Amino acid sequence: MSDRTPVIAGIGLSDYPVAPDLDSVQHHALAMQRALADCGVKKSDIDAYIGAGGSHQMMVDDPVTMAEYLRIDHRYIDGTMTGGSSFEFHVQHGAAAIKDGICDTILVTYGSDQVSRMGRVLGTGGFTRGAQKVGGPMAYEAPYGNSLVGAYAMAAKRHMHEYGTTSEQLAEIAVGVREFAGLNPHAMYRDPLTVDDVVGSRMIADPLHKLDCCVISDGGGAFIMTTAERAKDLKQPPVYVLGAAGAQTHWNISQMPDYTVTSAAKAGPIAFERAGVAPADIDTIQFYDSFTITALLLLEDLGFAPKGEGGKFVQEGHLKRGGNLPLNTDGGGLSSCHPGMRGIFLIIEAARQLRGQGGEAQVPDAKLALACGSGGWLSCMGAVIMGSEHP
Amino acid sequence: MSRDVETGTEWTKPIPRPDGVSAPYWEAAARGELVVQECPQCGHRQFYPRAVCTDCGADPDWLTCCGSGTVHTFTVIRQNHAKPFKEELPYVVAVVELEEGPRMMGNVTGCEPDDVHIGMPVEVYFVSADEGVAVPLWRPRGA
Repeated sequence: MSDRTPVIAGIGLSDYPVAPDLDSVQHHALAMQRALADCGVKKSDIDAYIGAGGSHQMMVDDPVTMAEYLRIDHRYIDGTMTGGSSFEFHVQHGAAAIKDGICDTILVTYGSDQVSRMGRVLGTGGFTRGAQKVGGPMAYEAPYGNSLVGAYAMAAKRHMHEYGTTSEQLAEIAVGVREFAGLNPHAMYRDPLTVDDVVGSRMIADPLHKLDCCVISDGGGAFIMTTAERAKDLKQPPVYVLGAAGAQTHWNISQMPDYTVTSAAKAGPIAFERAGVAPADIDTIQFYDSFTITALLLLEDLGFAPKGEGGKFVQEGHLKRGGNLPLNTDGGGLSSCHPGMRGIFLIIEAARQLRGQGGEAQVPDAKLALACGSGGWLSCMGAVIMGSEHP
Repeated sequence: MSRDVETGTEWTKPIPRPDGVSAPYWEAAARGELVVQECPQCGHRQFYPRAVCTDCGADPDWLTCCGSGTVHTFTVIRQNHAKPFKEELPYVVAVVELEEGPRMMGNVTGCEPDDVHIGMPVEVYFVSADEGVAVPLWRPRGA
């Protein structure tokens, strides 16, 4: 019986953080080329496609359009779109499809020309127009002029109120991630940061400062999933998908049931149970750091720190370079790149670490990594536990 | 209990578009009444209006609220590129917990943004946005 354990076999990034000559579709395509070259899979071997778009324009790079554009002769397709965490959900779905024998070799791609096309308005007014009519659930939010930053700020404000979390504690997350960005020649911002730099930066939406917010960039990524059996003939060491789970508490921020708890509190335990490991076993975490508060909530909800003690945990230095749980070793969304839906970069960086290809940012002896995406407004969380050793 | 409905100024912000389920909510707002949904089967209360009770799936009824609530969480928006909001910076966007239980988003006006705090008592008022549509907003209770 062939070994159908699902693996990440190939990874590729397009050009980032700013690539004015590439549109969203070209980011998808370039990332695919690089993922194929990385592992030696032939394009004709791909029999499944998963994507979530990236340009937010139907008929441009939505999954069926991309499957046509890339001419993927698929027998399995998934277009789950949960925002930035889509790609963690894709790993969950892809792993199940591979185990079940529905398909053998899955291509997942993402591409966005966000900053070149739209500028930096994503977080502060990019979606709002003046006196236009708004239907659906947004009718109860759009009149009030909230921003994407403001949505996360409301969670941060409540966390501070309930648990005494401080801006300085949140800032430590940005400082630690920036140190890793300094090791990534492609990262958007590489100069060292201090806590004072973060808390002294302009307030965007109380209590989140400019440097509590991720960058806005271009970029794309691709990864190829297949069976452990097929991966034996490929160029790269396989990265095993040990456990993946996703959950949702709400979509729009005004519907969040508890502003201090995300759906990672549900997804995390399922992923850990499936992987047969515990938070203390994890060597590196790749978290969706759209904002410092996002990473702090994930730390607590995934069980790395008790609820309310994430701030203290961060201050203890675990997440920094040389710590026992390095966070976002590519420089993260906070300093490296954030083209709009960053979840694919988390999978790719976790795989790079588990292959031992992290360069200067390599976490010594990394055998287990957890990637956790956040989609929407702290809405849909997808947790993926990956390992360098066969389960 | 009927609350103030301001009709004098032109509404330049996004305009809610009522649908088959939400029309009674927006019409009530235009009369100065805040309503949420209550399930006749299980008693669950919910906002925003939906075609079904999110707890048990039955058809919800309407419940008229007293118009009082407290700030559950909030932010002060200090950067927004979109008109007309950028002309009003800084302003408060809050999630208000109604006395009847459900929460809803709204601006808190009538005080300095820095005076807003979690737990602050607020009361609703409305601003007319369109024919048969008024938008609920909040100000310090008793102000």
